[in-house]
Amino acid sequence: MNFTRTLAAACGALTLLVLPSCGDPAPQSSGGPTTVRRVTKDQYAAIIGDVFGTDIKIQGRFDPDVRESGLLAIGTSHVSVTPSSLEQYDSIARGIAGQVVDEQHRAQLFGCKPAAANAPDDACAGQFLGEVGRQLYRRPLTPAELKAQVGVANAAATSLGSFYDGIATSLAIMLESPRFLFREEIAEPDPDHAGQMHLTAWSKATRLSFFLWNTTPDDELLAAAESGALNTQSGLKQQVDRMLASPRMKSGVRAFFSDMLGFDAMATLAKDPEVYPKFTPVLIGDAQEQTLRTLTDQLLTRNGDYRDIFTTRHTFLTPLLGAIYRVPVDARTGWEAHDFPDGDPHAGIQTEVSFLALHSHPGRSSSTLRGKAVREILLCQQVPTPPANVNFAIVQDTKNASLRTARDRLTAHRTQPTCAGCHKIIDPIGLSLENFDGLGGYRTQENGAAIDASGELDAAKFEGAAGLGKTLHDDPAATACLVNRLYGYGAGRAAVTGEAEWVKYLQARFAADGYRLPDLMRTIATSDAFYKISAPGKPEGTTQAEAASPNGGKS
Amino acid sequence: MKFDRRTALKGMLGGGAVSVALPYLDCFLNTNGTALAATGAPLPIRFGTWFWGCGLTPGRWIPQKIGAGYDMGPELKPLDAFKDRLSIFSGFKANTDGKGAVPHYTGSMSIMTGAPPKGQGMVEAPTFDTMVADTIGGQSRFRSLEVTATGNPSDSNSRRSSAVINASEPSPLAFYTRIFGPEFKDPNAADFKPDPKVMVRKSALSAIKDQRDALLSEVGVADRVRLDEYFTSIRQLEQQLDIQLQKPAPLEACKVPGQPGATKVGTQIEDVIANHKLMAGLMAQALACNQTQVFNVMFGDATSSLRKAGNTTTHHQLTHEEPIDEKSGVQPEATYFVERIVEGLQTMLVAMDSVREGDGTLLDHMLLLAYSECSFAKVHSLESIPMIVAGRANGKIRSGLHIDGNGDPVTRVGLTIQQVLGVPVSSWGAGSMQTSKSVTEIMV
Repeated sequence: MNFTRTLAAACGALTLLVLPSCGDPAPQSSGGPTTVRRVTKDQYAAIIGDVFGTDIKIQGRFDPDVRESGLLAIGTSHVSVTPSSLEQYDSIARGIAGQVVDEQHRAQLFGCKPAAANAPDDACAGQFLGEVGRQLYRRPLTPAELKAQVGVANAAATSLGSFYDGIATSLAIMLESPRFLFREEIAEPDPDHAGQMHLTAWSKATRLSFFLWNTTPDDELLAAAESGALNTQSGLKQQVDRMLASPRMKSGVRAFFSDMLGFDAMATLAKDPEVYPKFTPVLIGDAQEQTLRTLTDQLLTRNGDYRDIFTTRHTFLTPLLGAIYRVPVDARTGWEAHDFPDGDPHAGIQTEVSFLALHSHPGRSSSTLRGKAVREILLCQQVPTPPANVNFAIVQDTKNASLRTARDRLTAHRTQPTCAGCHKIIDPIGLSLENFDGLGGYRTQENGAAIDASGELDAAKFEGAAGLGKTLHDDPAATACLVNRLYGYGAGRAAVTGEAEWVKYLQARFAADGYRLPDLMRTIATSDAFYKISAPGKPEGTTQAEAASPNGGKS
Repeated sequence: MKFDRRTALKGMLGGGAVSVALPYLDCFLNTNGTALAATGAPLPIRFGTWFWGCGLTPGRWIPQKIGAGYDMGPELKPLDAFKDRLSIFSGFKANTDGKGAVPHYTGSMSIMTGAPPKGQGMVEAPTFDTMVADTIGGQSRFRSLEVTATGNPSDSNSRRSSAVINASEPSPLAFYTRIFGPEFKDPNAADFKPDPKVMVRKSALSAIKDQRDALLSEVGVADRVRLDEYFTSIRQLEQQLDIQLQKPAPLEACKVPGQPGATKVGTQIEDVIANHKLMAGLMAQALACNQTQVFNVMFGDATSSLRKAGNTTTHHQLTHEEPIDEKSGVQPEATYFVERIVEGLQTMLVAMDSVREGDGTLLDHMLLLAYSECSFAKVHSLESIPMIVAGRANGKIRSGLHIDGNGDPVTRVGLTIQQVLGVPVSSWGAGSMQTSKSVTEIMV
C-alpha cells in the first residue's frame, strides 16, 4: 500500500516535468464490450433541462428501470422499449416539443425566424434541428439525418399550415428516436495502440458526461470531441479537470449514490400510518435528500475520506426530519446543518432514516432486511435466496409473550438448520441497528424488553450502530465495493475478467489517494482502460463466432 | 320471404345507411348473435390473466371431486356463482430442473414462460400472454393492457424477455386516461373525421423507421434484439395511429365509462380492493370497446404486500410467520387476505359478466387465467399451484370442471390455453416441463 502511494506520488510529480514519458503504472486491461444504454428518467429530465431550459415540463410515465449486478445503470444496458413505454415517450415528446415552439419559448430557443410563420422554411428548420439534434444525439446529425428531419418538419408545416407545428412534429420524432433514447457506443481502432479498439471521441464524450454529470455532453465537451482533443491524453485530462471542478459534479455524484443505495425504491415505500404517524412522502423525500447531502458534503465539498460516511456525525436536517431525530430544527430555514454530539447513536449513513426506513417492514424494523442491505449494497456481497419448500416451522410471532424482541424471535427462527446458514450471516449485522424502529426513530425497548444491540460482521463483534459504523469503516470490502460499483456505473456493465487486474489497481489507487472519491473518478475518467473496447457490441456470453471481430480479444 | 326487424337492419347496414335511429341492441350482430353483422367476422376472443401472490391454503381450495359437478372448497366459495363457467386446476407443479427455486417467482414464471427462471427477474422465455397477443391482438388499439392494483408499475408478470417488461398502469385514473383519454375514438360516435394531426404524426414516424437498418447494423447481437423490440413498438404505435384514422366499427357493448377521480394508491387492502374494482370495470369497457383483446391484471404483487391499516405485518410476512391455528388448521390473519383476494377475483368475473355482448356476456367471449406463484406460501411450495380458467372463450372451451394434474408440469395449462386461442404451438415449455400433452378435457 505504501509502495503504491509512493509510486503514485512520484508519478504525479513526474507528470509536471515529462508528461509523455510518465508510464502509467496501471496494469493492462482487456476493455469490455460497448453498451447501448437506455436513457433514464432522471437523465431525460436533465437533458431536456440542459437543451431547452428547466421550465419545460415533462409530463408522462417512464418505464421502471431494471437493477442488474447491483445497479440500475447496468440494467439500462439490457432494457428495451415496449409498446406501452413508446406510447409514453411519444406523448412526453409531443408535450415537450409543443412547449419548445410555443410563443413563450420560441424567441429564446430559436436562433432564426421563418420567412413566413404559416409555411415551411428550409433554412431555419435546418438550423434549429441541426443545433438541437447535436445535443440530443450527442453528435452532429449526418447530412441524411438532417435532411430527413427537415423533410418531416416541412411536410408537417405544409399539412398543418404552421412552420412551428412542423418543427414540433420533427422535434418530437427526434425525442422518441432510438438515437436519442439509447446511448449507443461506437468503437474504432485505437491509433495509439495497434490492434486495439477504443470508443470514438463522440462516444467517449457521452460516456464521460453521463459518468460525471449524469447528463448529455455540453458544448465544450462536444467541441473537444469534434476537434479530436478528447483523443489526446492532455485534451482528455483538461476536460476531466474542468468537469470535476464544475458544480454539476454534485448531480453526477447524487445520481450514482441514488442508484447504488437503491433510492428508486423510495417512490413506492409505504409505512403503516397508524404505527408510524410521522411517515409521509415528504418526510421520505427529505430522508433521501439528507443522505445525498451528507454524501456530497463529505465526498465533494470536504473532499473527505469515503470510509467516514459510515461514522460521520455531520448531516443536514429539515423540521420533519428533526421530529424523527428529536432535534429542534428552525422551520424557517428549511435545511440546516447539524452535528450529532459524541456518544449520540446517530453516526454514519446507516443510521439515517433513508437507510433504516427503506430496509424495514411497513410496520416494524427488520434485522434481516438491514443485514442483507449492508452485505449487498454497502459490501457488494451476494446473499443467497431462501431455499424452496423449506418449512418455516419456527416462526416469528410478535404476540408471543416469551419472544418480545426481534432478537428473541430471530434466534428462534435460526434454530431451524436450513435457515440458519444464511440468517447467521445477515441477522447479527442488522441486530446492531435494532435501536432504530421501522422508520428510523431511536428506541431502547421493544414490547417492554430492553434491546440488546450487539452485532457481528464476519469476525468483528461490536456494539450498536456506532460499532457497526466503525466496522464498516475498517472493512476493505466497503471500499472495494464502492470501486466496483463506480466502475460498473460508468461502463454500464460489470467489469469483465480481463479488467480484474485494472479494478484491483483502482482499489489500490483509491487507498493511496486517501479514499477521495473525486480522485477515483479522475483516475477512471482519464484512463485509457475506461474507453478501451474488447469486442464492439458483443457482450459476454455471446458465442465465439459472434464475438469474433478483426480486433476482438487480442489484448 | 320473411321480412323482420333483423333482416331490415342487416340490409340497411349492408347498404351503408348507418345513421338509422333505432335501438342498438343486437342490431350490429348477425341473427345468432355470434358475429358482427357488418363484416360477418366472429366476435373477438379475449385473453386475460389475473395474478395474486402467496397462493392459497392447501386443503381449503382443492375440490374433493374430480371432473364435472365438483365441490367448491371454502377458500373459493365466493366464486360459486361462476362454478359452471370456470374450471379449477390442481395438482400441477413447477419443476426447477436444478436451477434452484426463486421464492415467489419460479412458480409464476414457470406457468407463464414454461421454464424455471434463472433468478429474480431473469426469465428464459417470453410470457405466453405476449404470444397470444401477437396472435389475436393485432386488430385492436393496444396489443395488450397491464394494470396493478397495488400501485407499483414494476409489478407486472408480462414480459418478452428479462429486460422487456410490459409495465402496469398503477392507478385507475392513469389507466382511464390511457384508454379513454383524448385519443380515444368512440366506436359509436355519430360522426367521424380523421384528425390531420394524427395523419402528420403517422407519416412522421417513417423517419424513425428509416433508421432501423443502419442502427441495427452498428450493434452486437444482443443489442440488435433489444433495438428491434423498439422498432416493433414503433410499428405498434403506427398501427394505433392507423386505427385512429379509420372510422371504428360500431360496438353495441361499448359504453364509454366516466372518468374516475384520483384514488389513494398503495398496498393497504381497502385501497387495493377499491382500485381493483375500478380497474376491473375499466378493463371490461376497454375490451367491449375493442381497445385491446389481451390484458394482465395484478391484484397483488408476488411477495404479497397487502396489509391492513394499523397492522404491522404484510400478507407475505404473515404466511411465513403466523402460526397455524390448531383448531381451524389455518393461519387466521393470512387467511383474511386470501379471502379478500378471492373476492377480488369474483369482482373481476362480475365486471366481465355484467357487460352484455351478443348472445352472452364478455365473460363468454374470453378466457381468463387466474394464477398465483406458489401453493402454500409458508413453504414456497411449487406443487399444486392454484390455477383457475374462467370464461367460455366463444364456446372453444368446456368449463365447470376440476382438473387434477396429478404432478404433471404447469406448462400443460399454458399449452392448452395457447392452442385454444389459436397460437400455432404443439409443444411448449423447457426441460422437464416441456410438454405436448394438452388438457383435452377442457378443449371443445
